Amino acid sequence: MKSYLTALQAIVFREGWRFINQRSRFFAALVRPMVWLVVFAAGFRAALGLSIIPPYQTYITYEVYIVPGLCGMIQLFNAMQSSLSLVYDREMGSMRLLLTSPLPRGWLLFCKILAGTIVSIVQVYVFLALAALFGIDMPAMGYVYLFPALVLSGLMLGALGLFISSTIRQLENFAGVMNFVIFPMFFLSSALYPLWKMAESSPLLRDICAFNPFTYAVELIRFSLYGQFNGAALMWVALSFAVFMTGALIGYDPARGMLRHRAVGPK
Amino acid sequence: MTIFSVRNVSYSYGPKKALDDVTIDLEAGRFCALLGPNGAGKSTLFNLLTRLFVTREGSIRIAGHDLAREPRKALAALGVVFQQPTLDLDMSVAWNLKYFAALQGLSGAHAKKRIDAALARLDMSERAREKVRELNGGHRRRMEIARALIHEPKVLLLDEPTVGLDIESRIAITDHVHDLSQTGLLVFWATHLVDEIRPSDDVVVLHRGRILKHERADSLCAGGRLQDAFKALTSRQQAEVDAG
Repeated sequence: MKSYLTALQAIVFREGWRFINQRSRFFAALVRPMVWLVVFAAGFRAALGLSIIPPYQTYITYEVYIVPGLCGMIQLFNAMQSSLSLVYDREMGSMRLLLTSPLPRGWLLFCKILAGTIVSIVQVYVFLALAALFGIDMPAMGYVYLFPALVLSGLMLGALGLFISSTIRQLENFAGVMNFVIFPMFFLSSALYPLWKMAESSPLLRDICAFNPFTYAVELIRFSLYGQFNGAALMWVALSFAVFMTGALIGYDPARGMLRHRAVGPK
Repeated sequence: MTIFSVRNVSYSYGPKKALDDVTIDLEAGRFCALLGPNGAGKSTLFNLLTRLFVTREGSIRIAGHDLAREPRKALAALGVVFQQPTLDLDMSVAWNLKYFAALQGLSGAHAKKRIDAALARLDMSERAREKVRELNGGHRRRMEIARALIHEPKVLLLDEPTVGLDIESRIAITDHVHDLSQTGLLVFWATHLVDEIRPSDDVVVLHRGRILKHERADSLCAGGRLQDAFKALTSRQQAEVDAG
């Protein structure tokens, strides 16, 4: 058991160290949601009327509405960034160190996504502190309840990133995946507008949003910020985590997944 | 005592057979060179030995453990130096080694002791605090060899470890690793350079995915040059293939 924790600690430290040393990544991770919050939300405030929907018990401004979505966005970008670094590690060879360790491969891959989740949680809390400076704050206990929700949503998105990385043959293919994953996941969710608002324009789009696991990650975050429990969101996020993690484990299984398929064709 | 056994292993990339019925048995305390030209199947064999690929055809046993049935025990007995460097360049030498030790489940004073011993064995102790980026190619390679020894494996695999190094570094590393085999470690060294092989070494000649010969270097070259013996073997097989 101790050896498992030793590996976890080292992988988390490595991920954290890399994040701190990539200053542009740290900067971008904070600027991106702040631009959405301060510029986009301010412009949208007048255009978008919000009714009182759970977990809110009063009218809220649009800036307040999109904060959980932006927390989710931070985690989504971070997960995709980790996924990119996994593909890079695989191309550069350092992934081999991980894959040839005698510890179970599933555990090491889980450590990888947990490390990414911890990095993303730090970013979310720094973002929330900046948002509070702009006067957009949440109930005090909400920041505490938020933590477990972020762990689960971070793991789910991290597992998705891991799964994607296991299906990508080359680094060059990654940009396409970013466009096909990040943007649809973000825009077809409840991050920027509530689902009832989406239904007004298109019931089909609403249904797609209701199927998108990112919607539930955002709702889990939203409810937890107000100290409320959203069982459906929790279930959906947990189920998505299980599905993506299973896919990733198959992808990184030398007998079945991508590692074997990568061998096909001339070297 | 046989410590490393590859039996009837085959592997294909689609219709192309990269390894064809490969069988190799090796004993502890030996230096065995896997000699083959580029494209002979050396890297494929290494990927199978490190379980990055798996095959259903044949079996691989390392230190008595079947790689398919007991992968964790088999991998724990294996130290690997990949052809491609696998280092965090902006981390110190010591940190890179500590990270690897952690992936092997080693920590604290125990890991430190092993790291210090591995660095000392490769004359790298004074460089422990340097960033890997500041090391030259030869020292980076030495560091990777030191790292591969931290968990005290019984078998050390090296996939063309001297590629891209200057002559001096190549000789130093080849000498170091030959010395390691004197301590009871089995060294399995893939190369296409015959000058890295000593007369007393075992040589496995791999060509087009098949083992052409497995014997001591001095008996393989029978008084002549190893290079000539190697050329004769591979061109004979080529002629057989061409004749159909």
